Amino acid sequence: MSQVRFAAVSKIFGGTPALTDLSLDVADGELLVLLGPSGCGKTTALRLLAGLEEVSSGAIYIDDVDVTALEPKDRDIAMVFQSYALYPHMTVRKNVEFPLKNAKLPAAELAARVNEALATVSLTELADRKPGQLSGGQRQRVALARAIVRRPRVFLMDEPLSNLDATLRQQTRADIVALQRRLGVTTVYVTHDQVEAMTMGHRIAVMKGGVLQQVGKPLDLYNEPANAFVAGFLGSPGMNLVAGELRQGQIFIGDDLVGTSSVSDTRDVTVGIRAESLEISPTGFAATVLVAEELGADVHVVCETATHERVVVRQPQHATVPQSGQSVTIAPTGKVYVFDRHSGERIS
Amino acid sequence: MSARASLVPGGSVFRRRRDGWLGLALVLPALIIFAGFTYYPFFKNFQMGLFKAAPFPNLPSHYVGTAQFTTMLGSADFLDSVKSTVIYALITVPLGVIGGLVMAVLAHQKLRGIRIFRTIFSSSVVSSAAVAAVVFQVILSPQTGYLQALGIHLPDITSSPTWGLPAMALVSAWQFVGLAFIILTAGLQSLPDEIMEASRVDGATAWTRLWRITFPLLSPTIFFCGVVGVIFSLQSFGQIDIMIGTSGATYTHTNVLIYAIYRLLHVSQNTGLAACYSIALFVITLLVTLIQFRLLERRVHYAH
Amino acid sequence: MPTKRLARTISRYLLLVVIAAIVVFPLYVLFSGSLMTLKEISSIPPQLIPLHPVWKSYSEAFNTGNLGQYLAVSLGQSALITVGQVVTSISAAFAFAYIAFPFKRILFALMLATSMIPFEVTVIANLQTVHSLHVDETMQGLVIPFLATGFGIFLMRQAFMQIPKEMHEAAIIDGYGPWKYLWRVAVPLARPSVAALAVFGFLGAWNQYLWPLLETGNNTSIQTIQMGIRQVGGTISTANLTLAAGVIATAPLLVLLVFFQKHLIRSLTAGAVK
Repeated sequence: MSQVRFAAVSKIFGGTPALTDLSLDVADGELLVLLGPSGCGKTTALRLLAGLEEVSSGAIYIDDVDVTALEPKDRDIAMVFQSYALYPHMTVRKNVEFPLKNAKLPAAELAARVNEALATVSLTELADRKPGQLSGGQRQRVALARAIVRRPRVFLMDEPLSNLDATLRQQTRADIVALQRRLGVTTVYVTHDQVEAMTMGHRIAVMKGGVLQQVGKPLDLYNEPANAFVAGFLGSPGMNLVAGELRQGQIFIGDDLVGTSSVSDTRDVTVGIRAESLEISPTGFAATVLVAEELGADVHVVCETATHERVVVRQPQHATVPQSGQSVTIAPTGKVYVFDRHSGERIS
Repeated sequence: MSARASLVPGGSVFRRRRDGWLGLALVLPALIIFAGFTYYPFFKNFQMGLFKAAPFPNLPSHYVGTAQFTTMLGSADFLDSVKSTVIYALITVPLGVIGGLVMAVLAHQKLRGIRIFRTIFSSSVVSSAAVAAVVFQVILSPQTGYLQALGIHLPDITSSPTWGLPAMALVSAWQFVGLAFIILTAGLQSLPDEIMEASRVDGATAWTRLWRITFPLLSPTIFFCGVVGVIFSLQSFGQIDIMIGTSGATYTHTNVLIYAIYRLLHVSQNTGLAACYSIALFVITLLVTLIQFRLLERRVHYAH
Repeated sequence: MPTKRLARTISRYLLLVVIAAIVVFPLYVLFSGSLMTLKEISSIPPQLIPLHPVWKSYSEAFNTGNLGQYLAVSLGQSALITVGQVVTSISAAFAFAYIAFPFKRILFALMLATSMIPFEVTVIANLQTVHSLHVDETMQGLVIPFLATGFGIFLMRQAFMQIPKEMHEAAIIDGYGPWKYLWRVAVPLARPSVAALAVFGFLGAWNQYLWPLLETGNNTSIQTIQMGIRQVGGTISTANLTLAAGVIATAPLLVLLVFFQKHLIRSLTAGAVK
């Protein structure tokens, strides 16, 4: 039950900055997702929090205590690694016991806690097997049990679902969320999968190139992205981003007016519209249909504009599906976002 | 596309008829060498051992069947030789393996300039038996001050029945420690990083981590290193030849199997008995290797 | 606390230095002794640093010991053995890794089993063979028994098996036959292992003792540098010259080690250590 704070933390690996000036707060009991493409610094931030790497500058606090100089074992944290990192020569039970043995807990309490942790992840029958005899999903649960048994202040999770196949991933995702809500332990969760982020996190921190882009609740990030990167990263599909112009407060794609803005500027912009806020209609900007992906409940119509940019339009199942190669016009039905063409920052 | 090559993993890639000829041709050179200079001589030992040498050189040996072998097994010379060999190995191997292990663990730290230390730790690998012998002669000699500075007063090892063998085993141990370091470092480097990190997060001190995680996971490599060490010590010849042989002193206390074979061959021209000793040497080597495999079987199945 | 961390780092380096000093001590004596006079070597307490390096010990050892000839022989012998081992190992290992041919399994087991038969066990008959082939007391006799090694075949096969499947699939699609694939793709990709094999091979060949001793008999023109040391060494009276000869015999290997140490370790890590 703890707060975590990153205060202007930076990390440089031999001349290359992996993380630049990260300042972030994690509230007590919250599951915060660090989201971004590979190389964005999210794993670095997690490892710095764990104490597996030293910060180049800045400080990290857990419950207002400066832990920046502390060893991992003194930070009262538990970590689930991407590859689970189970000790192959020990049984499941011994794996889960290991952290408690290091803390020199009395035998009776140790046994009780281990049994409790094993029961929580439903591994009690497999307690005497070795990791080599378990399936991927089972190993992941052992890693979870080993983390839970410590009752730490903070859970750290490094892409724990990425080694599981798709169906198992969905199920385990829900299990982890339920577990976290039930135990109420502050959790920092790293992933590159925005679906995981949206469904699991209380808040999401989007990162790119070592810099924090935006942090907030999933829907807030979805509806009010701070820049083009966040807008394009969240959602499936991500927000459509097309080159356009702002002419005295009017938003144009090519020569077609698509909306108005409260900002009465004139400059080059990137126009962002979500797939569900577009429809194929008699008026709008021109595009050619590339392919119509029929997903069951919806249809994603992938089009290409005159400037060879991709636009996806979401249609409900019953609407007429255009043919490949057909020329269409697309009009917005909802919010139109404007981002500065060069900086990516949102204007309106 | 004419190549009907198989793309099955683990299966051979090239399966055509004439590829088979190429395969045999590629294997042939090594096969010839092994057949002529490894297998043939090995089996020839058994044949030679059936013949006992005549009391005078240049007279033909006569057939005695396995009697020579069985006599040897009971002879005092042979048993002394085996005893010396075993003691030699018992000094060389533990010293080498433990020394190599300590160095490997120390050199595994992420410190600046650790590469220099790694080179130094593996450096004994370059010294030949002859060079090592010559150097240790200087170090261990009563005429130089190296030992005396440490407060050790040894008599001349070439004439000392108690100290001759251990001294030579020490030389072998030093020679072996560099190789042991290389093998064990390779083993350490193949341990997954994430497991080590997990143990750090799980509260293990460096000491706990070493004993409860690193060593158990490293044990197959340690065994392998031990076997290499035993084979190395059984083959140690040059040190003895230079330190004792050239000085003209011949003491049975340093008559390890390999040296006994040499003397039988070179000095007494007793080929038949030398062949018997060679067979004994092989059996001992085989036993040690088999024991290692047995011990390994039990420990390997945890590694996925 | 920064000072605590500093103290810990210093103690770590200290331990490393102490152990390094112990391990490298004999080699140090080799080098320092070669530069001192006999009196300095035998001084009690021992003089550790050659204050007035006697460089002419090297030329003296070289000349009186006829080391030039021994070195040349060793160079030839080691080079031939190394090349032989590399070629036969690559060939056989490639066949085992990639080609289907009759008796493959048995042959592989046989080749690997040779590592269980120590050379010393075969010495007697090998001497006779070499004699009956009329190559005793020759360079050929020195070299031929060692032209193949089970360890080398094992090492190279491991290296070949680690080349990703996509490589050979691409090669096959490009129409490569096995021979072309071997030399154009497999060997270049397995270069670190080839280097390690060459270094191990050269090291082993250069340092051989028993076989050169027995095989060369009395023919000093074909004896290796190790025999040279045996000639020069033995007594303490010319210790400084003997040590100088030792340095001459060891220096080439040290150069090899400094450059290839990383490769040696890495090639073993690639699955060969079980």
